[in-house]
Amino acid sequence: MLREGHQVSCVDEDPEAHARLEVSLDRSWEDAGGQFTVGTGLEIDALLASGIERADAFIASTDGDNTNIVIAQIAQRRFNVPTVIARILDPLRAEWYEKQGMTTICPTRVAIEMLESHVRDANGAGGEG
Amino acid sequence: MAKGMYIIVVGAGKVGWGLARELLEKENEVTLIENNRERFATVEQELEHNVQYGDASELWVLERAGISRADMVIAVTGDDEDNMLICQVAKEKYLVDRIIARVNNPRNRQHFDLLGIKPYVSATDLILRLLEHEVPEYGLVHLLDLPEERLEIIEMLLAENSKVAGRRVGDLDMPEGSLLISVLREGKGFVPVPDTVLEAGDEVLAVLDPGMEEDLKSFFGPDGGDG
Repeated sequence: MLREGHQVSCVDEDPEAHARLEVSLDRSWEDAGGQFTVGTGLEIDALLASGIERADAFIASTDGDNTNIVIAQIAQRRFNVPTVIARILDPLRAEWYEKQGMTTICPTRVAIEMLESHVRDANGAGGEG
Repeated sequence: MAKGMYIIVVGAGKVGWGLARELLEKENEVTLIENNRERFATVEQELEHNVQYGDASELWVLERAGISRADMVIAVTGDDEDNMLICQVAKEKYLVDRIIARVNNPRNRQHFDLLGIKPYVSATDLILRLLEHEVPEYGLVHLLDLPEERLEIIEMLLAENSKVAGRRVGDLDMPEGSLLISVLREGKGFVPVPDTVLEAGDEVLAVLDPGMEEDLKSFFGPDGGDG
């Protein structure tokens, strides 16, 4: 997103995560136009420091479904961020929150669909020949 | 006290386990849900079929516990996000009438409010309340706080230098939106009449509109008395 000319601000509770952001960059994350805040998504101060009030989009993609669902709702209801996306691994909950008006990405469902289609293709090719 | 209800309790820590035990003793049907294997095994020895193993933030675990017929869901895990979301789906997806959530970190109260999760219980707040009550310097004690109903009852100790000490209740010009409802003197409470004369050392109970604490504090304080 940074390369496309957007401003990107990351929040992570682990200060080390900053180094990961710079892995494929030829300069520092900040020099490339990025911003980094140490904190968790439940800390309002960290969200404010990250500039959530002027964000056009908010992505909740920590490794915890529950955290993502809660902070996505904070971004949506408290800060009125126009576009909010939450990563939810649990397909049943992804589906329900989607119905409640939350934009969700369910990596589990995506992976199942991809695996299924590969299996079908492989079987189709092998079976007919 | 609850009786004859079906109650799902999530989190078999000290709070959840004790709560489940009490509710069972009071003739309720209870399912306790715990997601730690070891803890589950310990609790199962006592509560047997009344405890289930699983992560209650997953919908199927709640469904297996029969959430659709539950009268109440109580989420008391050590994780605030879990408690919030379990209560949110209980209320909004499964239309459970009553929920109670535990707040572990008082800073997260604002998130419970945002998600409409109420009532919630915070041990920190309860202890602060008690502290208020035990330490008279705090002056004003909240006895009842129902923001939704806009009802609040407070208790205040009249200090030696209180301007209302020695005055008739009938002569007091109480701030608008407040009412003196009881006086505690030497450990006994009574409803004051206009001729009652307030004394230093009295504890007065007043009902008031929310947000009037400061008005009442100054009214019963050293410079008050005239509203």
